[in-house]
Amino acid sequence: MMERHFEKVEAELRERILHMGGVAEEMIRQSEEALLERREAPIVRIAELEEEMNRLHIELDDRCLKLLALHQPIAADLRFIMACIKINSDLERIGDQAVNISQSTAYLLRLPPIDPPPFDIRRMVALARQMLRDSLEAMARKEVALAESVAHCDAEEDGLKKAAFIASMRLMQSDPSTIERALTLILITRNLERIADHATNIAEDVIFWAKGEDIRHNRNRKETNP
Amino acid sequence: MSDERTYSILEARGLSAGYGSGDAIRNVNMHFYDKRITAIIGPSGCGKSTLIRCLNRMHEEIPGTQVRGVVALSERNIFHMDPVRLRRQVGMVFQRPNPFPTMSIFRNVAAGLILNGLRGERSLAEVVETSLRQAALFDEVKDKLDQPALNLSGGQQQRLCIARALAVEPKVLLLDEPCSALDPIATAKIEELLLQLKDQLTIVMVTHNMQQAARVSDWTGFMLMGELVEFGRTDEIFTTPRDPRTQDYITGRFG
Repeated sequence: MMERHFEKVEAELRERILHMGGVAEEMIRQSEEALLERREAPIVRIAELEEEMNRLHIELDDRCLKLLALHQPIAADLRFIMACIKINSDLERIGDQAVNISQSTAYLLRLPPIDPPPFDIRRMVALARQMLRDSLEAMARKEVALAESVAHCDAEEDGLKKAAFIASMRLMQSDPSTIERALTLILITRNLERIADHATNIAEDVIFWAKGEDIRHNRNRKETNP
Repeated sequence: MSDERTYSILEARGLSAGYGSGDAIRNVNMHFYDKRITAIIGPSGCGKSTLIRCLNRMHEEIPGTQVRGVVALSERNIFHMDPVRLRRQVGMVFQRPNPFPTMSIFRNVAAGLILNGLRGERSLAEVVETSLRQAALFDEVKDKLDQPALNLSGGQQQRLCIARALAVEPKVLLLDEPCSALDPIATAKIEELLLQLKDQLTIVMVTHNMQQAARVSDWTGFMLMGELVEFGRTDEIFTTPRDPRTQDYITGRFG
């Protein structure tokens, strides 16, 4: 059996997606460093990475458009290209969220830190990063179980965001001098929660590609909650 | 899809050709880039077969035909070359597989070398094996090389014809609707084969199957009523054609 030409195409496209995923991960890592270590330098680096991300976004869209036109893929091949188009868009938006975090951080760096912080943002950052890493790993290895685990983490991130919101509200009520900083922190938790949502989308697209099952909005999903 | 543009190994300049008094193609200017696959597409009667048959002077074999203009192979005008020598460098495969019916598989591949009296360093057996391997046929026929070629399936016969063309080591391979008599599996094998072969030689393919042109070729020319309407990179022709007639044809709005 001859190797199908489309398999080379698929490998090349997957390579591009993973490269973009690497850029997105690095953008989150840099925004984490700026936020948690209170450093300016990563903010500049994120702006550079965003330019690269935008370029990759356009290139990948163009590549997918041409592959659809030239190969008219069907079945798993078609699902793969569809998944790539959607993952491409999710990765670009993850990059945008990292930029938003860095801009909010730039504002926070001009003010003294809230001491003690109203909630632990570290867990939210770590979880968002982990979800993105796992969804990309699932893409690289076409691993459904890993992709499913990402979707399950999303609920935890949502819960953390809600808890952070309540803690920030309480702090603002008790100490109005923290309002600007606490509101900015709320914005950042929203950015992190959006990153987790995009990572979940990526994981769902991997499942759709691998199994042909659409599990978005709990469609066809078996009840796994205890 | 190969992105880089290579040099033009074969070129049509102001090429017109026809039968009797009428022109089937008019003033065609077209480059064929080295080690790339160029597809010529267009509706029936657009002149695409006439064009490809000019490229190794097969067109002139029909009485009453005429040709004007230049076709240059590595900058040499082919109309000043000996047709037999030309066809060793510019081989051709036709729509219907046409193995020599009385010959074995082995003799079919060796025929070109024997007829041309060509003997290089390599033995006939070596050349036959190499050519069959290049045509992705060797494994299927290695135990029955002495059997009649007509015992093979249609797809195998077509690959045998490709092996026969490859045996004399052409620089350019012309294919005139090479898959139109084949089923989808045999077609897919030929397409994969062409993608492998383009590392070694330049391929020009006439096809009425647009999907095939899209899947396989690097460059595409669209012909209509004897005119080359548009020529460009295949990915551009199939995503953003510039001429509305190309748009209409490839989206099936024609006629």
